[in-house]
Amino acid sequence: MEKMSRVTTALSGSALTGRTMHCHLDAPANAISVCRDAAQVVVAGRSIFKIYAIEEERFVEKLNLRVGRKPSLNLSCADVVWHQMDESLLATAATNGVVVTWNLGRPSRNKQDQLFTEHKRTVNKVCFHPTEAHVLLSGSQDGFMKCFDLRRKDSVSTFSGQSESVRDVQFSIRDYFTFASTFENGNVQLWDIRRPDRCERMFTAHNGPVFCCDWHPEDRGWLATGGRDKMVKVWDMTTHRAKEVHCVQTIASVARVKWRPECRHHLATCSMMVDHNIYVWDVRRPFVPAAMFEEHRDVTTGIAWRHPHDPSFLLSGSKDSTLCQHLFRDASQPVERANPEGLCYGLFGDLAFAAKESLVAVESGRKPYTGDRRHPIFFKKKVDPAAPFAGLASSALSVFEMEPGSGSMSWFVDTAERYALAGRPLAELCDHNAKVARELGRNQVAQTWTMLRIIYCSPGLVPGTNLSHSVGKGSSCGLPLMNSFNLKDVAPGLGSETRLDRSKGDTRSDTVLLDSSATLITNEDNEETEGSDVPADYLLCDVEGEDDELYLLDPEHTHSEEPEYVLPQEAFPLRHEIVDTPPGPEHLQDKADSPHVSGSEADAASLVPVDSSFSLISVSHALYDSRLPPDFFSALVCDMLRFYAEQGDVQMAVSVLVVLGERVRKDIDEQTQEHWYTSYIDLLQRFCLWNVSNQVVKLSTSRAISCLNQASTTLHVNCSHCKRPMSSRGWVCDRCHRCASMCAVCHHVVKGLFVWCQGCSHGGHLQHIMKWLEGSSHCPAGCGHLCEYS
Amino acid sequence: MRLATSANEAYTASLTVSELLCCKQCGGSRGQDEELGIRIPRPLGHGPSRFIPEKEILQVGSEDAQMHTLFADSFAALGRLDNITLVMVFHPQYLESFLKTQHYLLQMDGPLPLHYRHYIGIMAAARHQCSYLVNLHVNDFLHVGGDPKWLNGLENAPQKLQNLGELNKVLAHRPWLITKEHIEGLLKAEEHSWSLAELVHAVVLLTHYHSLASFTFGCGISPEIHCDGGHTFRPPSVSNYCICDITNGNHSVDEMQVNSAGNVSVSDSFFEVEALMEKMKQLQECRDEEEASQEEMASRFEIEKRESMFVFSSDDDEVTPARDVSRHFEDTSYGYKDFSRHGMHVPTFRVQDYCWEDHGYSLVNRLYPDVGQLIDEKFHIAYNLTYNTMAMHKDVDTSMLRRAIWNYIHCMFGIRYDDYDYGEINQLLDRSFKVYIKTVVCTPEKVTKRMYDSFWRQFKHSEKVHVNLLLIEARMQAELLYALRAITRYMT
Repeated sequence: MEKMSRVTTALSGSALTGRTMHCHLDAPANAISVCRDAAQVVVAGRSIFKIYAIEEERFVEKLNLRVGRKPSLNLSCADVVWHQMDESLLATAATNGVVVTWNLGRPSRNKQDQLFTEHKRTVNKVCFHPTEAHVLLSGSQDGFMKCFDLRRKDSVSTFSGQSESVRDVQFSIRDYFTFASTFENGNVQLWDIRRPDRCERMFTAHNGPVFCCDWHPEDRGWLATGGRDKMVKVWDMTTHRAKEVHCVQTIASVARVKWRPECRHHLATCSMMVDHNIYVWDVRRPFVPAAMFEEHRDVTTGIAWRHPHDPSFLLSGSKDSTLCQHLFRDASQPVERANPEGLCYGLFGDLAFAAKESLVAVESGRKPYTGDRRHPIFFKKKVDPAAPFAGLASSALSVFEMEPGSGSMSWFVDTAERYALAGRPLAELCDHNAKVARELGRNQVAQTWTMLRIIYCSPGLVPGTNLSHSVGKGSSCGLPLMNSFNLKDVAPGLGSETRLDRSKGDTRSDTVLLDSSATLITNEDNEETEGSDVPADYLLCDVEGEDDELYLLDPEHTHSEEPEYVLPQEAFPLRHEIVDTPPGPEHLQDKADSPHVSGSEADAASLVPVDSSFSLISVSHALYDSRLPPDFFSALVCDMLRFYAEQGDVQMAVSVLVVLGERVRKDIDEQTQEHWYTSYIDLLQRFCLWNVSNQVVKLSTSRAISCLNQASTTLHVNCSHCKRPMSSRGWVCDRCHRCASMCAVCHHVVKGLFVWCQGCSHGGHLQHIMKWLEGSSHCPAGCGHLCEYS
Repeated sequence: MRLATSANEAYTASLTVSELLCCKQCGGSRGQDEELGIRIPRPLGHGPSRFIPEKEILQVGSEDAQMHTLFADSFAALGRLDNITLVMVFHPQYLESFLKTQHYLLQMDGPLPLHYRHYIGIMAAARHQCSYLVNLHVNDFLHVGGDPKWLNGLENAPQKLQNLGELNKVLAHRPWLITKEHIEGLLKAEEHSWSLAELVHAVVLLTHYHSLASFTFGCGISPEIHCDGGHTFRPPSVSNYCICDITNGNHSVDEMQVNSAGNVSVSDSFFEVEALMEKMKQLQECRDEEEASQEEMASRFEIEKRESMFVFSSDDDEVTPARDVSRHFEDTSYGYKDFSRHGMHVPTFRVQDYCWEDHGYSLVNRLYPDVGQLIDEKFHIAYNLTYNTMAMHKDVDTSMLRRAIWNYIHCMFGIRYDDYDYGEINQLLDRSFKVYIKTVVCTPEKVTKRMYDSFWRQFKHSEKVHVNLLLIEARMQAELLYALRAITRYMT
């Protein structure tokens, strides 16, 4: 940043040189203005009024205009302006309402020339006529603008804005007679200097005060305004009605705005509060500033381009008592740091995302989530409207459209609506949910529910209640057994050598596990190899069907081996061994699986068996040793949940979490849970499943989630008489001044829950109606209707 | 009975509260009525204000459509029609904005939980020993599920609220002493720290209730019937009423004296208005001719600031009884101190460097959206409110007088307008008026009916309420400016 740079301007002929530099002032600055020769700058503030020469390496103080023994309020400047025709002429606006002109050509130390004390309040802005030598305009807090002829002792004309304080006045650069003024109430007025009686045009530009305005140096009709509402607006004044052509939203109120020379669409802004940076915006690209200067440590109060034809030097004064020269090339460009990625859902579930082209090229091949349900329909390069930015941050836009039918999320909606999450014993909940999943053709999910039930409910109950499932098991009992043995035979061949080696080195009980896991892996391998043979519509359910079988065969399988391996062992060591081992096979599997999965098939479906293999392990052991505490499985269940969430089926993860409650909650960290909950709630709300989402919020054990219901919950009610929305209060209508809902029992206004009969539309307080209908079946209003309360 | 409905509603709550808040002197005698089984409260005061005769105040039922809407809104928001509303309805335009802001601050979305908001209201009101507001908000606080234990004193509240105590104290009495260190202390207190948004909410609430306390005392608002001191359970024949029910020595004896004094000077006060108008006219005309030098302008501000320190009611040394609400603040002795008198100096705060419109608004709106807008509107309405009348005169431009009052209050807080000639204040505001302003703004608990009656004797009550609105809004803005400037300094 501190390096030297030489910039030659094309138009001015003389070369401007300089670097980014700053100098310390004695006091905070309120405004700055540059001399026509671009070599001097004047800084004015409450207790500073100095002229600095801008040299190549530094600022040099040339003149202190603040002379005299006693500080006078006339010297407390709110604004300063240097005449653009006459290098020796300056004007300041004092906070006490005085307009002072200064003649640098005066021989004495005191350069003060004239004093105009016509304004009653603080003068906010002074402005010289761009071409006329003696015309000065001022705008004041008292709501008046005054035009002074410097050859006379008092004002030539007074313009009354008829509204509040004037914040800025600016002569038009092109139209000799026109000037614009901005007001504290959000108005902008256009005046003809010859007609002080009324303004030519007036329009409301901002919500709240308009702090500044600036005419475009080339486009005669363009006026930029900045306001407290954090907006910069560019108006086209050539049309009959002022038309807003551009709008830039900044992050803080806009105190100054200045068009950048030689760049038609650029303007610089600084803020009055909170934000200390200076931004240069391209108005066509209103979301990211083109350049940003971050030198100041307190709010910037004045900005000025050094030369009217040189776009690279910007001068600024600040409340932190520094004067800065910024070089455009040293500016930081937020675009570079910007994240050019965006993601959005369409109305019908289409997904569009924009990302850096390089990223898209690499990643599009391995996007597991988008690949399974959607496919890209077009992929085009975004045509950038602002040509100069094209190289800075170009991004590619991809749109994924829902495949008709296939992408239907009806299963999600159905599941969400039909799942039972609470209110019944765990076993019943699991059975119910398994049934729901099975009916929707989601067998894997159904299976998972069944297994959860087996794990967490006492084993004694299993055969009794699980009738429907045992039928299924029974029917498929014979064949899978065969299968399993086949698989087992294959296992050593397909399994990696290292694994086998390790299993040999370990204890015998360990091999039990390894064996079982080995079968699973081979099973999976088997499946993958078969994947090429099976038809294209080989879907999850088929795989799950196999899981089902495996589930059944495994107990058999382990039981058959039990006498061989386990009998010589004591019960305790065995258990301990088991507790320790599960992570082992998992890691092994992970290692072994990854090349298969990512290498052979990018399809997410291939991941499914991995999970079912986990559950298989757990199930087999549950049956194998029914006295195992459910705690034993929690790690596996957690993995299972993570797997579902990973897959995008956060519904399953959350539902299981809710159903199992305390049993697994402690094993999954709060943050993950919260993340799942919020994702699921978000999904539910996208599908307008408000009731379910509310139920989930209620049942969630995470504090952050359950308080969602308590914050910002608004219920909008319409008045029952005039059918208009009741905005301010939910129980009294603003328009017809009636209380909307009266309780039929107590005849008071119902402010909270209102329950009413759908037959006769009478109702009242929930408690009252409940009580009433306990004793009577007739409507409490006496209309004779037989109301029902359920 | 005007407040019958609201009183019934809040009655159960107030009973529990009265157990807590019952003042020591009365505590015993109240119990005597228990044996009767039913206790029927009778209103103690006459009308919503002790200063303004009941017949002067708008009767519920006789209001026009606009006022009716306001009443309905107020009732709907608060579940009551409190005395403040009944007095403020002299100026419906302002009341609307006031209620909207208050409703937003207390009930709408905001960073602070509901019970915190009411508790902060209690803390703020308690600084001025304003039992009226304290009682109201104790009810509300319990209503929204606040922990009754907190009411036993600030030390029983969470550490976070205790930390706010210091800011509350400084803000209420010497806002110019607020530094960014105060802000930093609140924001960086580990688990008890405030967020910026919460802090701004709290600051707005504190300033709102400090100034509302000023209004309550300035207009002599009577206690609500359901609150402590608003009713009695004694039969009407018992004459020795409890002294604590009547705050600040506004005994009926006092009223008698003042009334007789007032009658004597009716003719004097007539000329008072005439003289004031004459002065305004003069100032308007000769402003351009007679130009004071800069030094003189500067010294006029200093003189006014210094003098405002001396302006105090004669019964300055009146000892305020230690009331039970005092348990909400730790340090009773910390009040508005006359610094000049003790050789200390109130630093000058220049509005041109930090004003509400440009700076304060942006900060508040950034940290607590929409509230900046609401407060801005309220300031605006209060500052610009005029009916172009003065006592019996019509079509008077009162802007000069209003500006003098506004700037005088800011002057007391050391806030200076570069473009104002502080000589005007001396011309327009006479001593008794200054005494009233000073007392209402700085030590509202010391306002007496005598003070209220002795300024602007010819003016209508609605005009005196108008003055009060100017006072409270100017005070609120002054406090806000200091607090927000400290926050801004902390942020930069």
